[in-house]
Amino acid sequence: MSTLPDGWFMVVGLEVHTELRTETKLFCGCANAFGDQPNTNICPVCLGLPGALPVLNQRAVEYAIRIGLALHCVIQDSSFHRKNYFYPDMPKDFQISQYDIPINGPGYLDLPGGVRIGIERAHLEEDTGKTTHLGGTGRIHGSDESLVDYNRSGVPLVEIVSCPDIRSAAQARAYAAELRSILIASGASDGRMEEGSMRVDANVSVRRGEDQPFGTRCEIKNLNSLRSVQRAVEYEALRQIALLEDGGTVRQETRHWDEDAGKTHTLRTKEEAYDYRYFPEPDLVPVTPTQAFIDTVRTGLAPMPAERRAALVSLLGEPNDAQIDQLLAVVEQGLDHFVITAVNAGVNAPLALTRTANELAASDRSLDNLDAEAIAATLLLEQAGDLSATQSKAVLAEVIAHGGGDPKAIAKSKGFEHMADGALDLVIDEVIAAHPDEWERFCGGDEKLQGFFTGKIMAATKGQADGKAVSAGLRARKN
Amino acid sequence: MSSTHPLDANDVIKVASLARLSLSDDEVERFTGQLARILDSAAEIAALDLGGLAPTAHPLALVNVLRDDVVRDSLDRDDVLSQAPSVNDNRFSVPKIIGDAP
Ligand SMILES: [Zn+2]
Repeated sequence: MSTLPDGWFMVVGLEVHTELRTETKLFCGCANAFGDQPNTNICPVCLGLPGALPVLNQRAVEYAIRIGLALHCVIQDSSFHRKNYFYPDMPKDFQISQYDIPINGPGYLDLPGGVRIGIERAHLEEDTGKTTHLGGTGRIHGSDESLVDYNRSGVPLVEIVSCPDIRSAAQARAYAAELRSILIASGASDGRMEEGSMRVDANVSVRRGEDQPFGTRCEIKNLNSLRSVQRAVEYEALRQIALLEDGGTVRQETRHWDEDAGKTHTLRTKEEAYDYRYFPEPDLVPVTPTQAFIDTVRTGLAPMPAERRAALVSLLGEPNDAQIDQLLAVVEQGLDHFVITAVNAGVNAPLALTRTANELAASDRSLDNLDAEAIAATLLLEQAGDLSATQSKAVLAEVIAHGGGDPKAIAKSKGFEHMADGALDLVIDEVIAAHPDEWERFCGGDEKLQGFFTGKIMAATKGQADGKAVSAGLRARKN
Repeated sequence: MSSTHPLDANDVIKVASLARLSLSDDEVERFTGQLARILDSAAEIAALDLGGLAPTAHPLALVNVLRDDVVRDSLDRDDVLSQAPSVNDNRFSVPKIIGDAP
């Protein structure tokens, strides 16, 4: 399903940084909290003050191992290095990272479609502070300063480096999406790309045949959503192909993705690349997790997305394509327990899946504390015919808004009494009588008027009528 | 600075610029000699046959120095910012940065 010109192929590897959901930072006891007032979670260690000593956070080690196990990595003894560079987001002028021996060695990730992407490594490192650039586009026009908040400085990160096994922009997106689901399932990360807790860089190159050696690659930075991963990889591959077809050559460089313009532009060339002068971090000793500890972490791992998709498939029997899309989305968003709870309560699996994939997934509210039993109870009412589809969705919205509730009481408060068939019949007859011309055209075969009559009947019943019953009533009178 | 090429002044100038150090010509000459002697000492060790020994990750015989994931008080923001050369909007103000972080 390549979208590239005939005869061209792309090769992509992704580097994903994910923040760990620890209480504290990687090397100090400052709170790891997103959105706090600037520079309130800082201390001598994460400010890089002289003489401060880093001490490794045990939970960060555990979370890194969870990620490694979820990605089938080799868990190994590791140590830390200093990565030296000058940039104000790193007050020590070096970042503590893992270099030659990462905590997680080679592993793999299987995409939902079955393609296996190799994982080269997944190592621990500290995050940097957050810089805000003022000036032309900043809040203070014409200013020539940048402002730094060190709350994020020292927050634990795991960097997951894939092998160059990805072969299309859609596959790059699928990899990032599946990795995100795995990270969330592991409990090690919240995977919130919009808050910057998961960040993606892509290495992209192209070649003229699948058996050809890899071309010169460019690294694309600033991919802040799954959508931008796909768009940027596609754009970059096409840019390189156009360059090569014009007789040019690709320069190895770091490029910045501009989401608004839909383009990448040069950040720095290979000649300008940083020389990080890695050397062993003298203030930290090696990390050597015992096999017993690794086994404990493994035992505590929640089921991974692949296993959870399989569970939904078995509930559905033989899902159709639309249901497969729905169950992928439901697992990706971590909503599958709503489907399972509803099915266990007696709701049929397709209804449980479709309402979860639409009504729940579309909600912009947090569903973390949503009562799955209340969702199941609502769907049971719909399944029994006590609520129409429209009413059920309205009750679900209310349940979601309050994190739970009694769907019967909510239905009653909204005036959603179940309409007796006789009452509905009366309304249908009245609506037809009020619109004789439209009714004649509908009976003459103008199917568009089905919607007209349904709308009138729904309005007359204040949405209480069941759509299926209305449709059946109209058809019965038409013939 | 591989072992196949002796350290010269250009290496010293490069290392100095990476560390944001500005050296006079005299200093470059002096440090070229000093750094070359350090590398010679390292070369003596590199020449030994250490095939049977495990690499040393750290000179201390310690591993797994860890702390519990428990929040401790951070510093008072005003105290910290009072030490900064320039502050704006409760953040450290630095000269305008061109380009993204590494
Ligand atoms: Zn700190």
